[in-house]
Amino acid sequence: MLNKEKSNHQPLSHLDWLESEAIYILREVAGQCSNPVLLFSGGKDSLCILRLAEKAFRPGRFPFPLMHIDTGHNYQEVIDFRDQRAAELGERLIVRSVEDSMKRGTVVLKSADESRNKHQSVTLLEAIEEFGFDCCIGGARRDEEKARAKERIMSFRDEFGQWDPKNQRPELWSLYNARSHKGENIRAFPISNWTEMDVWQYIEREKLQLPSIYFAHQRDVVMRAGSIVPVNVPLVNGEVTNPVKAGEEIIKMQVRFRTVGDISCTAPVISDADTVSKIVLETATSTITERGATRLDDQTSDASMEQRKKEGYF
Amino acid sequence: MTTQHNDSLLRFMTCGSVDDGKSTLIGRLLFDTKTILADTLTQISNTSKKRGMEAVDLSLLTDGLQAEREQGITIDVAYRYFSTGTRKYIIADAPGHEQYTRNMVTAASTANLAIILIDARRGVLTQTRRHSYLAHLVGIQHIVVAVNKMDLVNYDQATYEKICSDYLTFANEIGFAQARDIKFIPISALAGDMLVDRLENMPWYTSETLLEMLEKAPAAHTEGDEEFRFPVQFVCRPHASADADLHDFRGFMGRIESGNIAVGDAVTVLPNGYQSKVKAIQIGDEQLQSAQTEQSITLLLEDEIDTSRGDMIVKTGSTIEPVKQIEAFVCWLSETPLSPARTYVIRHTTRESKAKVGTIAYKVDVNTLEEQATTDLKMNDIARITFKLAQPLMIDSYNTNRATGAFIVIDESTNNTVGAGMIV
Repeated sequence: MLNKEKSNHQPLSHLDWLESEAIYILREVAGQCSNPVLLFSGGKDSLCILRLAEKAFRPGRFPFPLMHIDTGHNYQEVIDFRDQRAAELGERLIVRSVEDSMKRGTVVLKSADESRNKHQSVTLLEAIEEFGFDCCIGGARRDEEKARAKERIMSFRDEFGQWDPKNQRPELWSLYNARSHKGENIRAFPISNWTEMDVWQYIEREKLQLPSIYFAHQRDVVMRAGSIVPVNVPLVNGEVTNPVKAGEEIIKMQVRFRTVGDISCTAPVISDADTVSKIVLETATSTITERGATRLDDQTSDASMEQRKKEGYF
Repeated sequence: MTTQHNDSLLRFMTCGSVDDGKSTLIGRLLFDTKTILADTLTQISNTSKKRGMEAVDLSLLTDGLQAEREQGITIDVAYRYFSTGTRKYIIADAPGHEQYTRNMVTAASTANLAIILIDARRGVLTQTRRHSYLAHLVGIQHIVVAVNKMDLVNYDQATYEKICSDYLTFANEIGFAQARDIKFIPISALAGDMLVDRLENMPWYTSETLLEMLEKAPAAHTEGDEEFRFPVQFVCRPHASADADLHDFRGFMGRIESGNIAVGDAVTVLPNGYQSKVKAIQIGDEQLQSAQTEQSITLLLEDEIDTSRGDMIVKTGSTIEPVKQIEAFVCWLSETPLSPARTYVIRHTTRESKAKVGTIAYKVDVNTLEEQATTDLKMNDIARITFKLAQPLMIDSYNTNRATGAFIVIDESTNNTVGAGMIV
C-alpha cells in the first residue's frame, strides 16, 4: 500500500513514532542479548508488546519465549486469555508460580490474605536463575508512577535483581546498552514512553483483543477504605478469594478494570465503557491516574513503588 | 471529543536549576494542559501543606525519587508526558548544576528543542552559557530562552530586553546564533504568565506564548535532506518454518535513521560494499512502496547478500566510507576517569568496535568555553579526542546526522556506559 503522506517526509504520527521506537527496542534486545524473555501477563500493556513483537519479528518466530509469573490470585478470564493468545501466536509460554515459591519456602506470607503482588519478585528472580535469562522485557511505562519516570529503557539489575536508582547507566540517543555479566540482568521496557492514553489508542487502532474484565461488567464488590474491592472471586484452582469481611455489604456495581494484576491489590473503577473506543474517551476525561484509581499497593507510601523496584520488582 | 491518532510528537528538554523555577515551569505546563489528575494534585497539596507552604507547590510534581525528596534536589533525568489536542510531548527534565553536565547531555541527546531558563532578576549567568553551549554541542536546533520570574521584576519590558540582548551578544560570540533557531519569551512560571495562558501582566509582549512555540516547532526529521542510513539490527531467516515460501526469506530489520527508501532503489551494504536493489519493504505483514526516517521496517533485497547486525545499508552512490579512526567531542560520564592506556568498546548505531584513545587535543571549560590542554578526562569533562578502531565504522559528522554521528563508550569490565561521543 503506497502511503503518499509518509514518502513526503511528514512527521510520523505519535502512535507510529511510539510503535517504531518500541519495535526498535525489541530488536535491540534480540540483537544484544543471548537469552531474553518477554514477560506476559495477559494485561493490556503486555498485549500491546505482543503486537509490537509480531511487527518486529514476523514472519520469523519471536527470538524469546513468553513468561508469566502467576501469583495464583489472577482472574480466570485473564489466565484463559493469556493461554489462548500464546497458542494463537504459536509461541512458547513459561508459567512460574508464586505458590511454588511458597511451597519451597522462599516466599513466606505474613498472613494468608497478604497480597502476593510484591512476592512476584522472588519467583521472577528464581525463574531468571532457572533459565539463565539475561534480559526480561516488560510493559512498565514511565507515566505510571514517579519512581518509573527515571527508569531507563534498558535498566540494569545486579545479581540480586536490585535496581539502584542512584547508579543507573546513562542512556543517550537510542544507543541502548543491554550488556550484562553472567548472573546480572537487564530489564527492557519498550513502551516506556507510552501513556495510558497511547496504550488505549494503540489497542483501538490495532483492534487488539483484551480479556473481558477490561470492559464494563456487573460485579459483586464492597467498599473498603475508600476503594472498590471485588469480593468472592473464584480462582483458577477452584478456591474463592477476597471473602466479605464482617459488617461489609455486597453491592452489585457496573465496573471495569484499568489495570489487571493480582486480585488482592487491583481495584476496578465504576464505568459504563464496554468498548475500546468508549474507554479511550473515558481515559481522555478521567480525573484520576491509572494507579491512583486502582492500585492498592501504591497507596501505602510515597515511595512504595521505588522500594519494590529496589527489591527486584518491575 | 474525538480521539487523536494523528498527533505529531515533540521531544524537548528544560535547562535550568531549581532556583530558576524549572520544576515550577514543568509543573505549570502539566497543570495548565490538564495533565495533572485530581489524585496527584491532592497528593502534592498534602505534601505542600506538610512543608508549611501556602499555595500548592507545583515543583513537587517533578520530584522523583525518595533520595531526591530527602535532599530537595534532582539527581537524574526524568521523563514527563503531556499532550494537547494536536501534539504529544516528551519532556526530558535534567538537573542543571555543573556536576550534572552528563545528565544535561543525556537529556539533550533525544531532544529537538531546549527551553533555557533565565531568572529575570539575575540575567545571563555562567550557567546560562553552560546550558547553551551544551545544547549547541548536542545539536539541538531550536532554542527557547525563557526569561522567568517576570513577576519579581514588575513585568518590566526593559529588563527583559536587556537580557535578550545580552544573550544574543554571547550567542554570537560562540557562533551559536547563526547555527540555531533562537526565540525569546518573558514568563512567570509561578503565576502561569505566557505559558499556556497569556494573562494580562505583559501587554507589551504580543508574540507567541510558550505553548504556541512548542506547538509550532518542527518535529524531528522534518527538516533538511538527510541521506538514507539503515543500520541493520537483526536478520530474519525463518528457513526452518513450515511455510515453504519462507525458506528463502531473508529480511534485514532495522530503523531508518535518516532519509527515505523506495522499492527498486539501488543500495549498497557497508562495510563490504555489496550492491543490490530493494525488493520489498514491510512493517509486520503490511507491504510498503516506500518508507522514511524513524520507521522501523524490514527490507528485502533482490540478491542474496551475506549481511548481519552492525552492517549499514545506504543508497548506492552515497558519500559514506568505512573509517578506522574517528575524531569527536566526548563527554565523560563515569566516576572512573578515562584511561588512555585502556581498550574500550565503542557502540555506534548497531555496531561495536574495540577502541583506543589516540590523542586528546583539548578539553572545553563548559563555563568559559576555553580550550585547555589536558591528558586526562574526568566525569563531566568534555574533550576533543581521537580514537583508533579495531573495526571500521560507517560515520557521518554529528552536525549533519545525529544518528550516525553519535556513539557511546563502554567499559567492558563493568559494562557501564562511560562516555558519549559526537563525531566532528
